[in-house]
Amino acid sequence: MHRNSRLRLSSLARIGWLPLCLLLAACHIDMYDQPRYTANQPSAFFEDGRSMRPPVPNTVPMTAEEPDSVLYTGLENGELAIELPVELTAELLEHGQSRYNAYCAPCHGLSGEGNGVIAYRGGFQVPSFHQDRLRTVAPGYIFDVITNGIGRMYSYANRIPPEDRWAVVAYVRALQLSQYADVDDLSAEERQQLGGQ
Amino acid sequence: MSAQVFPRTANALVWISIIGIGLLIGGIVAALIGLYLSPWYTDVGVVQPQPIPFSHKHHVDELKIDCRYCHATVERASHAGFPSTDTCMSCHSQVWTTSPLLEPVRESYRTNESIVWNRVYDLPDFVYFNHSIHVAKGIGCSSCHGRIDQQQLVSKAQPLYMSWCLSCHRDPAENVRPRDEVFNMAFDPQSLPRAEREALVQEYQIATDGRLTTCYTCHR
Repeated sequence: MHRNSRLRLSSLARIGWLPLCLLLAACHIDMYDQPRYTANQPSAFFEDGRSMRPPVPNTVPMTAEEPDSVLYTGLENGELAIELPVELTAELLEHGQSRYNAYCAPCHGLSGEGNGVIAYRGGFQVPSFHQDRLRTVAPGYIFDVITNGIGRMYSYANRIPPEDRWAVVAYVRALQLSQYADVDDLSAEERQQLGGQ
Repeated sequence: MSAQVFPRTANALVWISIIGIGLLIGGIVAALIGLYLSPWYTDVGVVQPQPIPFSHKHHVDELKIDCRYCHATVERASHAGFPSTDTCMSCHSQVWTTSPLLEPVRESYRTNESIVWNRVYDLPDFVYFNHSIHVAKGIGCSSCHGRIDQQQLVSKAQPLYMSWCLSCHRDPAENVRPRDEVFNMAFDPQSLPRAEREALVQEYQIATDGRLTTCYTCHR
């Protein structure tokens, strides 16, 4: 009798973990939220409440180019660069177009006339790229404006990496050319399409 | 003749209880599966409270702002990039400058305190996910995030179950699209014939040899 009841108890204990499994199945937060930070996660450890740490002042990026090179500053010997520090290719222009349409077109407009949706809806004046002053500035000037902002335009340096900024510079130049081409530069065939001589 | 311990109806009762218990267990299992798939558990379509009632419909659909204007690292990093207060202010220093709804943004800009938003898509920490590779291989934003350009307030479009991830990793041709349509929310991959999408899988060199479905593709 005594032996029998002990047997029954142990067999009960043996299947006792089954309901426990069901209970534990809902407790998975330990591995779902591991004790490490993911991007943009708030932190109780750092004073500013951010887990993403800003680089300490005067941090120099580990890149192939010198941090004060034309590629990163738009300056050549202290002067605004007049040459692109990257090779001008069709791919570069295409890349510049996608960057321009994403970051610049809201205000500057798809054609660079300063008539983007935000400028129009917000009711503020954005200079057109198709004016003599901007047609003749050095490419380094456009790079500098994207990097540091100008007037009410904020800096876009944290959103557009330097290589991409040069692609935008090239594309802005292409836009300017597209609105300021001389009819003599066209081939006979293209002039035919214009319905001209 | 000994007395009958059980009445005749006991036979029927046995069957009724067996079937009843079976139905009960089946019902409980069905209810649990239902709960598991329901928005109560998955949060699909459930709007999360946010400090600022930001509308993707207004900014994306009406103002035609590109996804990358705010989610700037989506092509370069694993994380799509959450816009900083500076990004908001690059427009809102000029427009809606006195709106009380935007006061938390201005306050954050003045005080340098972060705005704390509530995460909508929260993958478990044991899942490795990288935005940039999906974008580079022609998977559009809307394939996972749904028509976020039509949402006033953001809610999840997918429960993010593993079976859903795997369905695409097993057959990427179902959801692949041309790279220049990735940020076009209105584009539907199914509008392309299957053969063209299979050609895109080839062109973009998306692995179809089973590499995308090994455990360590996502659990690393």
